[in-house]
Amino acid sequence: MSAQPILELKNVHSGYGSIKALKDVSLKIYPGEVVAIIGANGAGKSTTLMTICGIVPLEKGDIFYNGASVKNIAPEKLPPLGLCQVPEGRRIFPRLTVEENLILGAFYRNDKPEIQRDIEHVYSLFPVLGERNRQKGGTLSGGEQQMLAIGRALMTKPKVLLLDEPSLGLAPIIIHQIFDIIADINRNQGTTILLVEQNANLALQAATRGYVLETGQITLEDKASSLLHNPEIRKAYLGE
Amino acid sequence: MIQEFKKIWKQYAITMLWLLGLLWPLLGIHPDGTLSFKQTVNVWSYIFAGTFICFIFYIINKSGNFEFFTKPVVNTSQKLGDIVQAMPSWIWKSALLIGAIIYPILTGRYPTDVVINVLLYICLGLGLYVVVGLAGMLDLGHIAFYGVGAYTYAILNVQYGIGFWVCFPLAGLTACIAGCIVGYPTLRMRGDYLAIVTLGFGEIVRIILNNWMSLTNGPNGILGVKTIGILRPVMENGLTFEIFWVKKLEYFYYFALALAILTIIAVTRINFSRIGRALEAIREDETAAELMGVNTFYYKLLAYAMGAVFAGFAGALFAARMKFVSPESFTFLESVMVLSMVVLGGMSSIPGIILGVIALIVLPEVFRELESYRMLVFGLTMIIMMLFRPSGLIAAKRKKMMETKS
Ligand SMILES: Nc1ncnc2c1ncn2[C@@H]1O[C@H](COP(=O)(O)OP(=O)(O)OP(=O)(O)O)[C@@H](O)[C@H]1O
Ligand SMILES: [Mg+2]
Repeated sequence: MSAQPILELKNVHSGYGSIKALKDVSLKIYPGEVVAIIGANGAGKSTTLMTICGIVPLEKGDIFYNGASVKNIAPEKLPPLGLCQVPEGRRIFPRLTVEENLILGAFYRNDKPEIQRDIEHVYSLFPVLGERNRQKGGTLSGGEQQMLAIGRALMTKPKVLLLDEPSLGLAPIIIHQIFDIIADINRNQGTTILLVEQNANLALQAATRGYVLETGQITLEDKASSLLHNPEIRKAYLGE
Repeated sequence: MIQEFKKIWKQYAITMLWLLGLLWPLLGIHPDGTLSFKQTVNVWSYIFAGTFICFIFYIINKSGNFEFFTKPVVNTSQKLGDIVQAMPSWIWKSALLIGAIIYPILTGRYPTDVVINVLLYICLGLGLYVVVGLAGMLDLGHIAFYGVGAYTYAILNVQYGIGFWVCFPLAGLTACIAGCIVGYPTLRMRGDYLAIVTLGFGEIVRIILNNWMSLTNGPNGILGVKTIGILRPVMENGLTFEIFWVKKLEYFYYFALALAILTIIAVTRINFSRIGRALEAIREDETAAELMGVNTFYYKLLAYAMGAVFAGFAGALFAARMKFVSPESFTFLESVMVLSMVVLGGMSSIPGIILGVIALIVLPEVFRELESYRMLVFGLTMIIMMLFRPSGLIAAKRKKMMETKS
């Protein structure tokens, strides 16, 4: 890994007023990787992603994307740069149809035929979305909504995709399906993926590298396979 | 049939008792402190008799005894609906337009006046639709922008003698500025807080109009606002132009109609454009919209400004028609009225809102005959409409993707 990281957090502090959710977090993500951040409830995983996207304000430190600081860049400028998040709890637009949700993912783009092609591509990844393209997002099942959230993010043509707990509340078979597609996106489109999960087993199997976040601080960083066999991790996060 | 009856008779009985309980304070308590029951029971028994017949019909219908009659009716009406759907839209659009154009010729002064009101409120309602329906920001002070527009024209015209056609865009501009002034500090607020702030803003505007004597002449209002003047060619001794003052109500009607049509076209365009999509995303989930690359700050401000501009234009026209403006016309109740039109119209469908406007302006006029029961009947109609059409008079059709040309 000698190349320049595509996304880098340097000593990031952030939080919500008096609540300091992140204390000195540093991460490096290289092009083409799948990196997992694992941690318990309230460790600050979602805050990390929201800080990268500029929704939670950065208090100290800096964030670099493609070598340039994105500290002062407004959140809505990030998707055009190729950085997009699938937020925790999906957050699709419930009263818009599946298709409208996807079109909103392509909001910054105006290459109409290409957008149409990308919609078809999302439908080929998730055929169920194609079948239900006129249905309102809010009436989809949980798994379908997660697929829609991922599809919507894909419409921004991300170079780096941030995924926050894609397995949340889903049945094992759906989780498998979704993780297969995440792997597929990484392999076939070369999209770099930063994956946040409470389900450490799942995340570390999908990832190449992993970080462990505990109460707002990175406590461990290693290859995913080593973390998976690390006895402490197994004890703390895999329930052994 | 007995079964159907058993299911709902209790509900019906409770409803009728509840109605009695509501009616008595309205009719039985007199201003001089005396109480009476006779009138209440009288009115109530009429209502009871009426609803009981409906109730019986409902039960018979539910148990399927009317099918010989309802089935063919439903079938034909469905077929008719299909035929209407299949017709190209320009046919019914031009039919509506022709109807609107010959309307003042066919009817008298009073109906024309009512419809001018409807047309102005269509501009207000559709402006508010952009803010409330599309962007999902509850605005309880929308009438303030109407007032700003009306006063802009009134002041510029009476004090500086500037004509309508110069003031008209200026009225839109000042309303737009006012929209940005409320919009800017409130953009971080959501829901309840936003409602309170916009309510406060509406009141502030009204109080300024009321108290700034030197500019607005306070509660007395501004008298002597000139109507619209247009240049008309005259063929006496060569081609010259003379100013023609639009004094007749029928002529004025056409200006209101033109403004309403322009507003309908503009709002329809907004609705199906990129802007409309962005506003809907903000309404659904602001953070998610931001994550998808929507500049939420800009679009929310834009929504406010656009809503205000339509109201400002309508305000200028209102001042020109009344030839008089006073703070009385821009009270909180008016804001509530406009909001009710949007809600009644289903929040998210333009034809629905137009119907809502018509209902809320025309129904009170129709019920004028009923005098003191007017508001009661009006309220009842509203409740019934909301019961049977909870998503508005005409629910929004979801747009089809490929229609959204950009
Ligand atoms: N909007 C907020 N306002 C105040 N505090 C917040 C807010 N969101 C999160 N927090 C706090 O910040 C800390 C980190 O929360 P975060 O959501 O990042 O955790 P997480 O690791 O994603 O947890 P989970 O696995 O449950 O999603 C928690 O202590 C939480 O209470
Ligand atoms: Mg989280």
